[in-house]
Amino acid sequence: MSADTVVPEMVRVEKDHSEKACFSDDRLAEIEALVKRYPSVQSALMPVLYMAQEDYGYLSMDTQQMIADVLGLRLMQVREVVTFYTMFREQPCGSYLLEVCTNAGCMLNGANELVAHMCETLQIKIGETTPDGMFTVIEVECAGACGGAPVVQVNNVYHEKATAESMDALIAECRTAGGQ
Amino acid sequence: MAIPSDPKQVKQICFDRINIPDVNKLAVARKHGAYEFLPTVLSEFDSARIVDEMKTSGLRGRGGAGFPTGLKWSFVPRNTGKPTYLLCNADEGEPGTFKDRDIMRFDPHLLIEGMIMSGFALGVHDAYIYVRGEFLHEVNVLNAAIAEAYAANLLGEDILGSGYDMHLTVHRGAGAYICGEETALIESLEGKPGRPRFKPPFPAVEGFYRSPTVVNNVETLATVPAILKFGGDWHAAIGVPNNTGCKIFSVSGHVNKAGNYEVPMGTSLKTLIEEQCGGLQHGSVPKVVIPGGSSTPWLTAEHYDTPLTYDAMMKAGSMLGSGAIIVMDETADVVAMTRRLAHFYAHESCGQCTPCREGTGWLERVMTRVENGQGTEEDMSVLSEAATHMAGRTICALADGAAAPILSMLEHFPEDVRARLLEKAA
Repeated sequence: MSADTVVPEMVRVEKDHSEKACFSDDRLAEIEALVKRYPSVQSALMPVLYMAQEDYGYLSMDTQQMIADVLGLRLMQVREVVTFYTMFREQPCGSYLLEVCTNAGCMLNGANELVAHMCETLQIKIGETTPDGMFTVIEVECAGACGGAPVVQVNNVYHEKATAESMDALIAECRTAGGQ
Repeated sequence: MAIPSDPKQVKQICFDRINIPDVNKLAVARKHGAYEFLPTVLSEFDSARIVDEMKTSGLRGRGGAGFPTGLKWSFVPRNTGKPTYLLCNADEGEPGTFKDRDIMRFDPHLLIEGMIMSGFALGVHDAYIYVRGEFLHEVNVLNAAIAEAYAANLLGEDILGSGYDMHLTVHRGAGAYICGEETALIESLEGKPGRPRFKPPFPAVEGFYRSPTVVNNVETLATVPAILKFGGDWHAAIGVPNNTGCKIFSVSGHVNKAGNYEVPMGTSLKTLIEEQCGGLQHGSVPKVVIPGGSSTPWLTAEHYDTPLTYDAMMKAGSMLGSGAIIVMDETADVVAMTRRLAHFYAHESCGQCTPCREGTGWLERVMTRVENGQGTEEDMSVLSEAATHMAGRTICALADGAAAPILSMLEHFPEDVRARLLEKAA
């Protein structure tokens, strides 16, 4: 049982899309096919939110309005889902989102010390983004990989049995990949 | 590797193929028995027979509640004029649980085959797998496996010429623990915030879009192919009576070899930890074992020999839950652990029931003071009262889960808590 770990893709942030938020034709075709898989269009909301977050980096109010329009939902139906689930972001994050689990299994294997080290390396506090916009560090609840504790997700790629050294190396690799 | 037909020889069911390289690919999985028995089920079995085999098997739901699967299926009304849905609960959010992830990422065809057979038994034409949002890799593996299954006519219209149609869709959650509760999962799949519903009506009668719905855990559905192939009696002969079959235990914390271990039910906690997990990191007996995920009451060294069964765990004062065993050795700080879990439940409470919304916040605030050495003797009774008054007074069991670590800490380690209170005086 093993899974490869790789440096993840950077989060794309479209900074100036808000004036004319609009899905591409390919996306609209994808959404049309997706809606058919459910008994009602509202079930497609969460997958469509993920698509928008992938395209734009986060879910601005204009993006949320666009999604409501595309799916024929009220803005409030979109808002209440965006605000209920922690994985939907209303603010941009760094190009690399470092999510450190500090729940039971990870805590017992040094996650608190690990997140402190990462914050020290990056010179930020938990929840902050580095001034160059490269890294955001957040603390998350159980990632469901406690056998590999402590666990750090980097843009949704799992890094298990993470150590101060392995995270320093990963941060350096991300910096290189990000052109610094 | 193949599952033995002699039940006494069976060591593993769901993990039988797990170490075979590339078994996530259809061709490899088929070489090792995947979908081999499916044509027989589709042509020779009917719904009543499958439900009977499941009842005979004694299989109890592997997601945490341990409710008999065959019985759950038998509650689904027929000929209601509405569609029946099958939802696979792959939300896997209970702290300590990480077993379903391995089935999905290493042997997705086992789950898919289990869902086709289960869907066929229940007359389902649309099935969904609700996977926690963080498991993006697992979602991609599942989608690739599903695409291969469609191409091979194992899913879609007229499966293998049987006349049976079933579509299967993977749906990603987005980081809400509560969506592992089956009615919250249904709300979430309907594109809403995951707030649990009042029961009754139970999902079997009114679930997804108010239609009859069965929600089963990944491990439960992955056990179905073996039960139908070898028979309910075969499964019932594995493990111990009323606790049949094998079970995957996710062992984490202060053990030398954390990981997933599938063993026949009835193996003792001590045997699992010492023989499979390489023992504890420090010392020879654990300070605390949380046997079924963070929401289950704690056990101490006194219960180290307890057999891993639903019944024995209940007798010992806890629950087998999802089989997530969190081990703490003598170095563990139980106050810090309890504070961390209190934070988790406060963060994850959906907020609709007052005792839970307010209570989880109280527990976290008081535990934070205690951990920081600013607590008073009175805080111990505040914790005890708040926890006691939350449990059982809400729509779902999250509040009970939040109360469990608090009450366990107070019951087993009052001296550890008092030592923290004294820090202030010192």
